[in-house]
Amino acid sequence: MSKITEKYPLETHEQRLTVKDPHPRHDTQGDVEENERLRRAMANFAKNMNRTTATYMEACVHCGQCAEACHYYVQTEDPKYTPIWKLEIFKQAYKREVSPFGFFYRLFGLKREITVEQLGEWQELIYDSCTMCGRCSLICPMGIDIATLVGQARHGMFKAGLIPDELHEVAQRAKDEGSPLGATAEVFADRAEWMADEFETDVNVDKEQADILVSMSSIEIMKYPNSIGATARVLNALGESWTFRTEGYEATNFGMMAGNAEWQKAATMKLINAAINCGAKLVVLPECGHAYGALRWQGAAMYGKPLPFKVQHISEFLADVISSGRLKVKKVDQTVTFHDPCQVARRGGATEAPRIVMDALGVDLKEMAPTGDFNWCCGGGGGVVTIHRADKLRYKVFELKMEQVEASGADTVLSTCSNCRQSYNDAKEHFHWDKNMESLLELVADNIIE
Amino acid sequence: MELLDFARGPGLQLAVTIFVVGLLWRLVHLFLTLKKTDLSEARQGGEVRGGIKTIFSRFLHHEPFRERTRNGTIIAYTMHVGLATVILGGAPHILFIESFSGLEWAPLPSIVIHVAAALTLAALLIGLGRRLQHPVLKMLSNFDDYFSWLVTTLPVITGLLAVAHVGARYETLLALHILSFDVFLIWFPFGKLMHSIIVFGSRYTTGVTFTRRGARV
Repeated sequence: MSKITEKYPLETHEQRLTVKDPHPRHDTQGDVEENERLRRAMANFAKNMNRTTATYMEACVHCGQCAEACHYYVQTEDPKYTPIWKLEIFKQAYKREVSPFGFFYRLFGLKREITVEQLGEWQELIYDSCTMCGRCSLICPMGIDIATLVGQARHGMFKAGLIPDELHEVAQRAKDEGSPLGATAEVFADRAEWMADEFETDVNVDKEQADILVSMSSIEIMKYPNSIGATARVLNALGESWTFRTEGYEATNFGMMAGNAEWQKAATMKLINAAINCGAKLVVLPECGHAYGALRWQGAAMYGKPLPFKVQHISEFLADVISSGRLKVKKVDQTVTFHDPCQVARRGGATEAPRIVMDALGVDLKEMAPTGDFNWCCGGGGGVVTIHRADKLRYKVFELKMEQVEASGADTVLSTCSNCRQSYNDAKEHFHWDKNMESLLELVADNIIE
Repeated sequence: MELLDFARGPGLQLAVTIFVVGLLWRLVHLFLTLKKTDLSEARQGGEVRGGIKTIFSRFLHHEPFRERTRNGTIIAYTMHVGLATVILGGAPHILFIESFSGLEWAPLPSIVIHVAAALTLAALLIGLGRRLQHPVLKMLSNFDDYFSWLVTTLPVITGLLAVAHVGARYETLLALHILSFDVFLIWFPFGKLMHSIIVFGSRYTTGVTFTRRGARV
């Protein structure tokens, strides 16, 4: 157990991962001298600077329109939550130290040196109040992908030991144990066996050869294990050659969300190696938003070359097999609305897939407003749901979702992200709200025509 | 040497030199920054087309964002379209452009130019007021924002005064107008005025990335 866990014990049995004794603070990790923290933060932010991110850094005109797309600003009207402001100190450091006229800024004192106190202050902006949902990236008239820059800023913050303790703890746990929630390989194998009984279907684990490697998120394994059975039921109905592998079964990537590139790579490589080991031609990712971004769009960069297999989110896989007529489903008499997970839809491009599936199920879909690529984030992504001190703000932004769902007139919310589901259910409990969020995968699995 | 001679002689030459060298330095610096290759399997092709599309599509907000951004958009459009009309449609400006490029075209009627200039100035003043008042803009704004505003506004004001022959001799007003343009050129590569060029790179880059993913741009 790490020092942080001793100081702030984890409560893994709760609706979501929490720590006892959250307190107003900015957290620090490691016994590091302050100037060294500063040096590390800036060096690691600059290390990842490439032509794209440098162009973004040069492009901002301070029009402030990104604020109008951000749920944190819209709900609080506090200007500090303006997305591009969350990068202000990093922009200053870029202009002063790296930009073409850095000497000019230094000579005339136009950009002050960043202090470690500012970095501490910015911790809330970089972590607690940004889910990296990318809505701001879609509104920016200059086309700046602000969410990517926040991810890069997190790299600097992590190396400086300046990230929220809870997020650091779960990321470290994921790295040490293979899961942020204690879903170790043994726990997973147990749950797989349980779900095989529960669903009366084969749950393949550690088959030597398979065409499809499937994976789960820790949230599903620990809190929504029916996902395991539902996935198995679908793949068995299709007669696919498939397997889970205990050397790479967990698709979440807290290293990525925390800002540790080495831990991100380690988590990604487990999945890649598992797929290579069993000769998989396809890796199906679970109902998890950031897991999709981590492997589908960033996996090859971690691997250093193109991936030797295809990658699909479970919703894309379901849409494909339903569209091709390989999987038949019964009609479901239900009025639903759909919550688009940001990393799968807006940031991932798989916005239509769940709608193809819902169309086949015949549900009465009442779209939210706005919906699809413009849908509001659940407020729990980017690791925010792990940060207990951010709860009050998270509930505040969740009120936007509640308004959307209520206005849709639907009884049930469907989604394809277990992290969104966890955030919903936690907020539902907080607000004593009567709207459930359910899994699209499980709805499909419950209605397969054999 | 008369002020006017300096403004359109050595002053302009110096300004153009700083403008060209500064602009090239900033662009070359960006170009020399390491390019990251995306190794992920593209969902779809057409990245270049998507990049170009994004350059144009971001001229207008997506529908769900329009209501909340209406004021800023109207001010920005009035200012930018007004400036473009005055610069590209005003007879003296066309003569100036012809003097170094050989290109010429028919000017717009004076009344159109005068109205455009007045609207531009109004938009600039409202924009400044908004920047000083709006909590988000006030917080974001720095020296670059205000100085860039100043060097953009001065040529508009001095141009209007020169046309109206108000405040001083025409030659003096014209000299001040050209000098203010010289200052605009000198500042251009160093601050946010460069957005008029970098915008194409940032929009294109984002367009390529998200087209590759099959996501909305």
